[in-house]
Amino acid sequence: MNGFGKLAFVETKLFLRERVAVAALLGIPVALVIGFGMIPGFGKPDKTLSGQIGTEYIASLGVAIVIVMLGLNGIPAVMGIYREKGVLRRLSATPVRPATVLLAKMLVWLVTVLVSVTLVITISRLAFHVPMPVQPGWFVLSVVLGVAALFALGMFVAAVTPTSRAAIGIGWLLFFPNMFLAGVYIPTEQMSHTLQVIGDYAPLGAALHAVRQSWMGQDPRPLYLGIMAAWAVAAGLAAARFFRWE
Amino acid sequence: MAVIEVRNLAKRYGEQLALDGVSFTVGQGEIFGILGPNGAGKTTAVECMAGLRRPDSGSTRVLGLDPQADGQALRERVGVQLQETHLQDKIKVWEALDLYASFYRRPADWNRLLETWGLASKRNALVSKLSGGQRQRLFIALALVGQPELVFLDELTSGLDPQARRLTWDLVKQVRGSGVTVVLVSHFMDEAEELCDRVAIFDRGRITALDSPAGLIDSTEATHRLVFRPVGELDESVLAGLPGVTGVSREGGRVTVTGTGDFASAVTSELARKHVLAAGPRIEGRTLDEAYVALTGHTLEV
Repeated sequence: MNGFGKLAFVETKLFLRERVAVAALLGIPVALVIGFGMIPGFGKPDKTLSGQIGTEYIASLGVAIVIVMLGLNGIPAVMGIYREKGVLRRLSATPVRPATVLLAKMLVWLVTVLVSVTLVITISRLAFHVPMPVQPGWFVLSVVLGVAALFALGMFVAAVTPTSRAAIGIGWLLFFPNMFLAGVYIPTEQMSHTLQVIGDYAPLGAALHAVRQSWMGQDPRPLYLGIMAAWAVAAGLAAARFFRWE
Repeated sequence: MAVIEVRNLAKRYGEQLALDGVSFTVGQGEIFGILGPNGAGKTTAVECMAGLRRPDSGSTRVLGLDPQADGQALRERVGVQLQETHLQDKIKVWEALDLYASFYRRPADWNRLLETWGLASKRNALVSKLSGGQRQRLFIALALVGQPELVFLDELTSGLDPQARRLTWDLVKQVRGSGVTVVLVSHFMDEAEELCDRVAIFDRGRITALDSPAGLIDSTEATHRLVFRPVGELDESVLAGLPGVTGVSREGGRVTVTGTGDFASAVTSELARKHVLAAGPRIEGRTLDEAYVALTGHTLEV
């Protein structure tokens, strides 16, 4: 196996040994679906949720939550610690290009999101008769763009913070407003117009809207896809510009 | 052919001058020591040679390559064991070796490295659970896994107990025996004296001396010490006037006389004349430690 393949394989094994993180990333979205899905009346279309079925809405939240947990909690923490402990420094003394290490980790995290999303869809379908995403192509694109936006933001946080503690702290500081503006705590339908507009432009807000729309069978608004792409490019370039290996 | 050629290497971090015009060459198959206190620029020099840091000025050729321009090709042929590096949490010993082996075109058989470095029984252990000595040996094995022609070992025995240090020294000699050139960064004199063919003493970004350990010791004034415990009354001040004696001191029951030339026989005959018996007499030569103090004017802070 070449350097990249082996790195991705080893990083996958190391990730699976972090039992708590794995349980959280795969379990929390599913637990949300199960918890809310058992509430009577949640399986019906809800006018206050733009006509979306309650359980399907919660399943969309689950998708957004796994993306933001990895992007704003996982990535800043892991990259901060890898840099601080000299893991990246040691790797940079080998023929493997440093960027290869980042790509391998990104791949592991992306697969984690995809597994978690698949679990959410499957359990929603089997246990609560939630339809599969009606626009699968748009749905996958929305998830991938959401991952790109939030992962880039997480890498940016890791790039500009001096220590792993700071990276983790800033990650959390971005985590809560992103969750709030996306409508994880209160649906955006119940927010003021100003907050709705701000939420549209926040990376997680755009991701959740696009995921919900494609799940319900609408074409996601191009605005949301564009906003996610813009976050991915801007934060990604800034992260590449400022990233330090030690 | 010189494996390493460094000329006028300089590197500044902000206000602090880490390297101030350092030049030296390292020959094929040599164990070359870089010695000096913390902050002398040792690690910076290694990082510049390994292509991990860009010097401000000066030229460096390593294995005929420019570490900056040909970094990729160089890293294929050079192994490093660096200070302040770790591996990923929860990685196992064999996984680390297997992973690092996959980075190189012609890796060593890492199962044999596990045997050689006494880690075979720790094969499936988490790296984070290893003892200091085991971890250090793993990092040296990782430095060797690419079958390098040159290895940099930075402070390879700090934090090890004396027995583990001895063992590590023997293994480094084996590494050199297999034809690999070794650059050893250390702040232990005994280590340099034991292992190195030549030693460069770094101090505040400059090389203050460069020679074989024996050469460094000889280059400073060759005083010796006679240590003994006098049995009977002795006024040690009478020894101070003897030919060749440069100093006398007494610590509890033990007298130490330093001097040059044949001072020791002058001392013993004086003792015989005074009917004082010298119990447990011992003559000590200079160590590299003392040569270091003589050359730099200060001791190594450990």
